[in-house]
Amino acid sequence: MSDPVLDIRNLSVRYAGAPGPAVRDVSFTLGRERLGIVGESGSGKSTLGRALMRLLPSAEITAERMQFEDVDLLNATERQMLKVRGRRMSMILQDPKFSLNPIRKCGDQIAEAYRTHFRCRPAEARQKAVDMLEAVQIREASRVYDLYPHEVSGGMGQRIMIAMMLLTDPDLVIADEPTSALDVTVRLEVLRILDGLVREKGIGLVMISHDLSLVRNFCDRVLIMYAGRVVETLNARELDQARHPYTRGLLAAQPRIAGGRGILPVLKRDPAWEEEPAR
Amino acid sequence: MKPLSIRDLSVSFGALRVLHDISFDVRAGECFGLVGESGSGKSTVLSCAAMLWSQWTGRVEIDGVSVQDMSPAERCRTLQMVFQDPYGSLHPRHAIRTVLSEPLKIQGFDNRDARMEQALGDVGLPVDFLDRYPHQLSGGQRQRVAIARALIVEPDVLLLDEPTSALDVSVQAEILNLLAKLRDEKGFTYIMVSHDLAVVDHMCDRFAVMQTGRVVEVLDHDAISSNGATEPYARELIAASLEYERIA
Repeated sequence: MSDPVLDIRNLSVRYAGAPGPAVRDVSFTLGRERLGIVGESGSGKSTLGRALMRLLPSAEITAERMQFEDVDLLNATERQMLKVRGRRMSMILQDPKFSLNPIRKCGDQIAEAYRTHFRCRPAEARQKAVDMLEAVQIREASRVYDLYPHEVSGGMGQRIMIAMMLLTDPDLVIADEPTSALDVTVRLEVLRILDGLVREKGIGLVMISHDLSLVRNFCDRVLIMYAGRVVETLNARELDQARHPYTRGLLAAQPRIAGGRGILPVLKRDPAWEEEPAR
Repeated sequence: MKPLSIRDLSVSFGALRVLHDISFDVRAGECFGLVGESGSGKSTVLSCAAMLWSQWTGRVEIDGVSVQDMSPAERCRTLQMVFQDPYGSLHPRHAIRTVLSEPLKIQGFDNRDARMEQALGDVGLPVDFLDRYPHQLSGGQRQRVAIARALIVEPDVLLLDEPTSALDVSVQAEILNLLAKLRDEKGFTYIMVSHDLAVVDHMCDRFAVMQTGRVVEVLDHDAISSNGATEPYARELIAASLEYERIA
């Protein structure tokens, strides 16, 4: 792949005091595409996302290569990272209730993301934030700018979060379960807005999710993680042809509307999955 | 098997009315779903029926007896609740033995050891789990313990508040299978709160759609796949779930 946004080779992450690594020997490259990372809780998918952002100060991170464009993420100083984080790579978190500052206006928080990285007058940052709110399809953006997080709904909060993260025109966005805290009626709307902006701006997206079928539709490629390792890499469209028994088990265990009411197939875990090479 | 009926259940928190004249009937042995957006009052209905919150008006009857007229002990023998988050609903410093023996002591059951072993067996856990603590169990195992704690007093009605939404799909499948099996074996009547219509379609016979503290419509589970709802909000909710499932 020419000019990848991310090039990761044999990344392992071990939390301080943990008996084993939470992420083991993960390798992938990411271009200007949408990559899904799927797995159960505890499979290391969020740890991987945080390691890419260098948000795990106490964890031991090792890799052969961990390159984000021209930045060597393994050896970059925290000072360098401050210029990268929120500017060139940013992260959308799961629940806007817990990830927005409750005592500051939503709009000011968005504008802050801009002013941290660009010198400009406050009025200019405000205008940027209002424009971005409109880009995530919030009506009456200048009114919403002055609202506090408790005054907006979950779907709107997550759109505010997206606005904040895309305002600085990053090259890489990591979305960690961006819609799992939202009601199903607004989930698709938020996903479509994120998807539209990511495509329009040519951003590399890493979408972390436990929901295989969601990732199928909003990603180009999918990494399946189990016990800290990537067990299978698939084109999202070919998810139904997954060969790994873990991937197939996850797909089968999901109840479906009008899927009959028989006993759901239960995943039978094989210890060999933890060691065998990725497919 | 006992039926449950709710009539004109209303709740106000100060000036704020959170439930407006909720009425529905659950047949004996039925699994009845409650769906709706967050904040629509689904869980509040369960809290009221279980008398975890007692400041309400209206009637909740199980087999013709009002839950307000039951003594606490009688009420707990009649209905039990399983909560959403198995990480939060077990006491972190109580061994599973304590978790399961306490309701037996309170209710004055005999043969406690045999009953605890039976309950663990019913939810598919080995007997030596009695001496474990919650932090030594996975999320799915904890939810099994929470279900064992509920069924150990041999209730008639189980109130399930999003019993699988904190769990992975693979574990969710195990718990849903377990709940279906227990219903067949023991004839429980379930009320199940869920935000996932695929789970509701899989488990429930009928379900009520709630919005801002009101029951908008009561539907048969078949109405999901065909979107047979007539009320606009219920149609919108089902359509969103269908679309999510189709494209997703």
